[in-house]
Amino acid sequence: MLDLQPLIEKFGLTQSEFRGNHRVVVAADKVYALLETLKNSHGFNMLIDVTCVDYLEYEGAADRFGVVYCLLNVSTGGRLIVKTFINDPDPKLPTVTTLWMGADWMEREVYDMFGIKFTGHHDLRRILMPDEFSAFPLRKDYPLKGRGERHNFPVITRSES
Amino acid sequence: MPLTASPTTTPDAPDQEYLWTLNFGPQHPATHTTLRLVLTLDGERVVNSVPHIGYLHSGFEKLGEHLDFNQYVTIVDRMNYLSPLANEISWHHAVEKLLNIELTPRCKYLRTILAELMRLHDHLLNCGTSALDLGAFTAFLYFFEQRELIYDIVEYASGQRFHTSYTRVGGVMFDVNNDWVEKVRSFTKQFRKTHDEVHRLLTRNRIFIDRTKGIGVLSKEQAINLSCTGPVARASGVVRDLRKDEPYLAYKDLDFKVICSQGGDCYARYLVRMQEMIESVQIIEQAIENIPAGPVNVDVGSHVVLPAKPAVYRSIEGLIQHFEVNMPNKGYEVPHEEIYAATESPNGELGFYIVGQDSTRAYRARTRPPSYIHFAVFPHIIKGHMLSDVVAVLGSLNIIAAELDR
Repeated sequence: MLDLQPLIEKFGLTQSEFRGNHRVVVAADKVYALLETLKNSHGFNMLIDVTCVDYLEYEGAADRFGVVYCLLNVSTGGRLIVKTFINDPDPKLPTVTTLWMGADWMEREVYDMFGIKFTGHHDLRRILMPDEFSAFPLRKDYPLKGRGERHNFPVITRSES
Repeated sequence: MPLTASPTTTPDAPDQEYLWTLNFGPQHPATHTTLRLVLTLDGERVVNSVPHIGYLHSGFEKLGEHLDFNQYVTIVDRMNYLSPLANEISWHHAVEKLLNIELTPRCKYLRTILAELMRLHDHLLNCGTSALDLGAFTAFLYFFEQRELIYDIVEYASGQRFHTSYTRVGGVMFDVNNDWVEKVRSFTKQFRKTHDEVHRLLTRNRIFIDRTKGIGVLSKEQAINLSCTGPVARASGVVRDLRKDEPYLAYKDLDFKVICSQGGDCYARYLVRMQEMIESVQIIEQAIENIPAGPVNVDVGSHVVLPAKPAVYRSIEGLIQHFEVNMPNKGYEVPHEEIYAATESPNGELGFYIVGQDSTRAYRARTRPPSYIHFAVFPHIIKGHMLSDVVAVLGSLNIIAAELDR
């Protein structure tokens, strides 16, 4: 595992470890600089995953969204999870597609499901949901059974068809 | 002969009005599932391709927040339906890591054997259908016969051929018996013969080589930058296999090789998958001879696993235990923590990011689906190739739309 101490001082990170997962939490305005440093100076050349957690109903959570970057150093096999918190009303983060092209679709999915805007992303469209869909379905305030979508379809009875 | 990318970049420019657009899918025999590509073509050469996905999106991750760890396994099953058990093993691997459960040795071996059977299952179909799309029908039928035998083995263990829902937190639904072990043994004995036959049919087949060699080349740097894992990355020279790098289950005790290639094209991906099948058979052969005796589930006293059905029906302790595990708020304690855990599924790194809360349901159950990541690679590697190469590249990336869309 790499020595995080210089990074902790430079970026003001909070470090933790749980069952072998090494994690750091960074402020949203420093996340791009941290990821850039990790990629260019510490060999984290693969972005395994970008995902998001909506902490709306989570016990003890102070912020609304936590965006999670799972990094991997392919040559050493070391992993690091970088997490940052952002809040309503305008949750946005700088894109990391400039560092890893693989972030393209992952960020699109996070945008599609949580409505987090990645500034500078070249093609930030909905990916899984249809383009005209207005809600963000993986947010915690979105109900499991959807919100009105099914009622918008006209019901056609046999006699009318 | 390898084709170089066409220099055209923006199809909308007025001097490129000769470019035409072709809609490929969502219903097309070569996509095998439901996905759509909008291809911009210069004659027959692909200038640009825009994938449109989401046709099979059914909110699996949302469901994962509303079902408990054992119930969600039935949904996880349906992600990559070519290797359902590998998904289950991966999901429960992540859950067990969150709950800090150490499996019994027998369960570790059993899951290893099943995971490798699923790798065979997936690669057999992938090699078969990617050949089928290129016009080689025989190999597909030869491989499908072998898949049928794997279905039988899985059915014998779980009672289901396809969507087994076999694993449970801390173990499996029920133990296997000696007849099952014998079935696996006889399967591994005859497998190499079919594998050899298909090798002879395809590997040095002139038409197959012409259609796959130099097509869809993915360089090592690209593979790393585009987050590729599994056979796709290994065919591009990325030496990475979670079974070796982060050994889980019983892989530490077993002897096998990580298969890599430098080619990075469709042919290399085919060769890597073919050779991985042989390694998988070797792993199964070692594991089946060394499968330890003893209980298959962790101790019932840990309040994690359901007791065996005879104990539930015939003793009061078993009945109480059964209710305790099933009832809300009476179940096991889940740490207020987050975890990322991944296994090497046939398609690549299948990871789960689970946020635990004080209930047996996950607060967030994120899947890292390898198909989704690999399909994002497709527009990068198809540029400059012919229209007929689209199916070759799609097949070699092994895109499973159910996993793609979830």
